[in-house]
Amino acid sequence: MTVDTKLPYDRSYIEQFSAERNEPEWMKELRLNALDQAESLELPKPDKTKIGNWNFTRFKHVATGEKIASLTDLPAEIQDFFDVENLPENIVIQRNHTVAFAQLNEELSNKGVIFTDIFTALKEHEDLVKRYYMKDAVAVEEHKLTALHAALMNGGVFVYVPKNVQIEEPLQAVFWQEDPEVALVNHVLVVAEENSELTYVENYISNNKEEATVANIVTEVIAQDNAKVSFGAVDNFAAGTTTYVNRRGVGYRHATIDWALGQMNDGNTVSENVTHLIGDGSVSNANAVTVGRGKQIQNFTAKIAQWGKNSDAQILQRGVMKESATSIFNAIGKIEHGASGANNEQTSRVLMLSEKARGDANPILLIDEDDVTAGHAASVGRVDPMQLYYLMSRGITQEEAERLVIHGFLDPVVAQLPIAAVKKQLKQVIERKVN
Amino acid sequence: MAGSTLEIKNLHVSIEGKEILKGVNLTVKGGEFHAIMGPNGTGKSTLASAIMGHPKYEITEGSILLNGEDVLEMEVDERARAGLFLAMQYPSEISGVTTSDFLRSAINARREEGNEIPLMQFIKDLDKDLDFLEIDQSMATRYLNEGFSGGEKKRNEILQLMQIKPDIAILDEIDSGLDIDALKVVSKGINKMRGEDFGCLIITHYQRLLNYITPDFVHVMMQGRVVKSGGPELAHRLEAEGYDWIKEELGIEDETVGQNA
Repeated sequence: MTVDTKLPYDRSYIEQFSAERNEPEWMKELRLNALDQAESLELPKPDKTKIGNWNFTRFKHVATGEKIASLTDLPAEIQDFFDVENLPENIVIQRNHTVAFAQLNEELSNKGVIFTDIFTALKEHEDLVKRYYMKDAVAVEEHKLTALHAALMNGGVFVYVPKNVQIEEPLQAVFWQEDPEVALVNHVLVVAEENSELTYVENYISNNKEEATVANIVTEVIAQDNAKVSFGAVDNFAAGTTTYVNRRGVGYRHATIDWALGQMNDGNTVSENVTHLIGDGSVSNANAVTVGRGKQIQNFTAKIAQWGKNSDAQILQRGVMKESATSIFNAIGKIEHGASGANNEQTSRVLMLSEKARGDANPILLIDEDDVTAGHAASVGRVDPMQLYYLMSRGITQEEAERLVIHGFLDPVVAQLPIAAVKKQLKQVIERKVN
Repeated sequence: MAGSTLEIKNLHVSIEGKEILKGVNLTVKGGEFHAIMGPNGTGKSTLASAIMGHPKYEITEGSILLNGEDVLEMEVDERARAGLFLAMQYPSEISGVTTSDFLRSAINARREEGNEIPLMQFIKDLDKDLDFLEIDQSMATRYLNEGFSGGEKKRNEILQLMQIKPDIAILDEIDSGLDIDALKVVSKGINKMRGEDFGCLIITHYQRLLNYITPDFVHVMMQGRVVKSGGPELAHRLEAEGYDWIKEELGIEDETVGQNA
């Protein structure tokens, strides 16, 4: 191994970091324990992508960010994430690791809804965080990166929706890595209690084209019986950031977890989006789009594992690859023994825009139960010259025709993003990346 | 200006090295409806594709002029903006692009930047044409041709014709696969376009379309050439007697393009 993977941060650093934030003892212990494990655990092994020499350990760990008085004080690139005419009611903006702005509709907070940064949550809702933090969804000891994440977590939000509370307005989080060298070791924990409903959308953004740093993100979504979680994201880290992002859901009886992920990073990225459908009748739709450009290498795994009877899983991945970008798309459906009546469908499609780009779609079905339905489709191809001919025969230029075909190709996923402003912003990012 | 003129002179076209058209001569002017008839395999659709600039067809000899301008020097989109339109026999499906967004792009492609069609006017015009062609309003928001039935695709081609308003349109077997009701609606749309500024080349191998659209000129293609031209009465005679009498008259045994007279 050519890269020194020895951690730049030790026990005393973490003890101090934790103490400065007045974290509870259990959190400090969790961090220290994770640090010990990180030394010996191996990196994850995403199928068909070698990440052994990627930078996951060289980064600056802290940087502060100033508070802002109003959303309209933010730079234009951040204001793109919402409708300035119609400002969001429920939003947390994290600048590096500091909350720059946060608000939650009073009616929701009166109903017991929690939407706050992870450090405040550790103080004010310690028991709830402790109950779920790296317990049921992601475990500390899965591999080196989950352990590193647990040891060095330096930001994130906690979302909690009590039993029988249905939130119509979306909750929005913006994670703004303003300092070009600082790492985001971000933890998002979403807990939807029985019969509750929420929509959460997050945006990650950075501008470090040259400076190398790391994003190590773990997201845990817990949907209790009959809960419905709609989760949207636009990841937009610049080329200098190496990203590991793990978004995991656990759905209990008749719960629904829907994902709409716009994965628009410009740097090397490993993304795992795994959902465990534990309960009978639980449902998950995992949708993701990406545009790869430059020399970036990306690996996307979408997996839904089904234990629940009559559970339903749908995976849809779409990617556009240009220049010398490489992406691997793994769609995995796993139906466990006893999950009778389960259904699992997966579709992965990759559109190649250049000779040097590489794309690979691997649909995998692993089934240990007889009474199920499952299907998969995968394709890797180029823009169909007949489509271009047809569009151009109506007077549309070749450039515009290609643009229409590419946007159209990604639209089935883009259309599912739950906030109009975020959808628009994703379209703009796609526009920038494909042109 | 009283209409455009499309002139096809001695056109030879090959596909993958095989010559399909062997010297087609034809002139279509604004205000005129021409029908090209002929059995399968005689080069009718090749003519349509070659005029529009289909990437697979190679022009080996001859010329195509639109108002004196060399069409063969133009890219496909330039041909369209110059005033040509081809209603295709097999329109492509464009996933993720709604019929409405596509039509607006096509209309605006003909207009100067800054002079795009106002959204309300576009919607009004589109609604009117959808009603006229008895198309469900939902088609506007469906992805272009995706999951459309054969009949819906043909109606959509005519919808595009009415929205784009070209100077010269070529309709390639617009009647194939249509039931009688759909055929009537499609014909109604084409007839509505009639006028001094609109010329049309209708390619069909059934006479029945010509029961609803009366052509001014009828041409018969065989062996990659126009072998006979006449007025509407020619279509009626073909309906009644088939193509054999022409073959006999011209001494043709096999009318397909593989053969030479």
